[in-house]
Amino acid sequence: MAARKHRRVGDSPLVRRTLIGIAVGLTVLLLFMPLVLIFVQAFAEGWAGYVSNILNEYTLHAIGLTLVVALLTVPLNMVFGVFLAWLVTRFRFPGRKLLTTLIDIPFAVSPVVAGLLFLLLYGSNGWVGQWLGEYDIQLMFSWPGIVMVTVFVTCPFVARELIPLMQQQGREEEEAGVVLGASGWQLFRRVTLPNIRWALLYGVILTNARAVGEFGAVSVVSGNIRGETNTLPLQVELLYQDYNTVGAFAASSLLAGIALITLVVKAIVEWRQSRN
Amino acid sequence: MATNDLSERPTKRLSAPATKRVLPGFGLSLGISLFFISLVLLLPISGLFIRAAGMGWEQFWFVITDPRVVASYKVTALAALAASLFNCVFGLLMAWVLVRYEFPGKRLLDAIMDLPFALPTAVAGITLATLFAENGWYGQYLADVGIEVAFTPLGIVVAMAFTSVPFVVRTVQPVLEEMAPEDEEAAMSLGASDMTVFRKILFPTLWPAVVTGGALSFARSLGEYGAVIFIAGNSPYISEVISLMIFVRLEEYDFPAASAIAAVVMTVSLLLLLAINVWQGRYLKRLHGG
Repeated sequence: MAARKHRRVGDSPLVRRTLIGIAVGLTVLLLFMPLVLIFVQAFAEGWAGYVSNILNEYTLHAIGLTLVVALLTVPLNMVFGVFLAWLVTRFRFPGRKLLTTLIDIPFAVSPVVAGLLFLLLYGSNGWVGQWLGEYDIQLMFSWPGIVMVTVFVTCPFVARELIPLMQQQGREEEEAGVVLGASGWQLFRRVTLPNIRWALLYGVILTNARAVGEFGAVSVVSGNIRGETNTLPLQVELLYQDYNTVGAFAASSLLAGIALITLVVKAIVEWRQSRN
Repeated sequence: MATNDLSERPTKRLSAPATKRVLPGFGLSLGISLFFISLVLLLPISGLFIRAAGMGWEQFWFVITDPRVVASYKVTALAALAASLFNCVFGLLMAWVLVRYEFPGKRLLDAIMDLPFALPTAVAGITLATLFAENGWYGQYLADVGIEVAFTPLGIVVAMAFTSVPFVVRTVQPVLEEMAPEDEEAAMSLGASDMTVFRKILFPTLWPAVVTGGALSFARSLGEYGAVIFIAGNSPYISEVISLMIFVRLEEYDFPAASAIAAVVMTVSLLLLLAINVWQGRYLKRLHGG
């Protein structure tokens, strides 16, 4: 019995090996193999085929548009996320809980519904859309609409990463900064930012991953015009429906690459935080 | 930005010293947050409900109880339920293995758990459809035993399960990490079996986290679109999900119908979100003995 003294549940070698075996097996089937398949399919016609698929006129245009969308969306959501996190972790005020629930809405809403929301409001017969139409401004079925829905879909990420961390760190350091006479900007740059930079980085990377990859919402407001309003995920769909599987997976491999970078950054950020 | 006039503060807010605002930026961050949330979230959402309310109750009811739409509610809810149940079991297993054991490749396994959140849903969709196609890596073997995944409701479950893998893993992991070993060790040293200790001591602490993760996974699955449409086959009454129904109505330029169905979906999502938040708040309180 002495040998069993400090045992915990599942410590026997048999249980241990079985559980690890099942876990690894399922993960390989469910997560690793899909990732492998993307690259195997993308390179099915060799390196030259891959390059020519990427250099396809429409795919190149989709890459460009996707980059523009991400470049506009990510900074906007970063600024919003930082202000919101500052607000709800540094001050107590009525409605604080409601605010943190509200920003979860994009997580809970179907992307198609998200797209529809903007189409109803800014489309040619929506309230705002009609008024803008009089000035010949069209937001839907063009890139501004894509940016708008992408902002909607990705707005919670930065705040969601920052809030738990900033709550845990407390406000003592910043209060000390105020007592020492720091201005708001100095306080943020010298005290807050160094404390949150890794979580902020991960929030930004995650926002970026979702911004370049958003499909449902963008597909509602884009109009799918080849070479005009097609983002990379929409281009993947078009190529796939054209039975150009290799082309679809070649375009997908770029998005999968961004996903992999996101995972690596997350691992680094967690490693950094566990060291502190 | 607010000024930090220290001399002014002590005389103010004597009734509530705990809420004294020492730090700057309250007005600015409140303003920006409220402006952003109103413009990006609240305005479009209220627009949807006003649109749906404007169509009259009878027509609204007619649209949302259309048999094809009702079939899609059922398909979506059942598939989401199956997917989240799978993820409850899989997530608990993964969290357990990642927290309790040390083995080579563990960090890689931990990192890959988040893949479904990082990978665009359309990419996940065409990948799963290719894997499970008749001649695909998985499909050919499953066909031998008579299981068809691609273009059936089962495909919807697979796609939903894939896209919501991380929820349960990531909610259970921290709870397992924080769990104190004393009770467990005591029970084990008294000779209780692994299963008994798990059931009587570990599971009562773990299940609220499993339920939270499962609910998040369910909510996400209800709205899943990109990953699903490529593998579902999308035949009316059989394998159409609710998000696709909205899309179909939009392509028919039937905006009122699309808005009505979307209003139903939106209401369910918001209620679910609220329920999860209330539930999470309660269970966190209990966990931290507050």
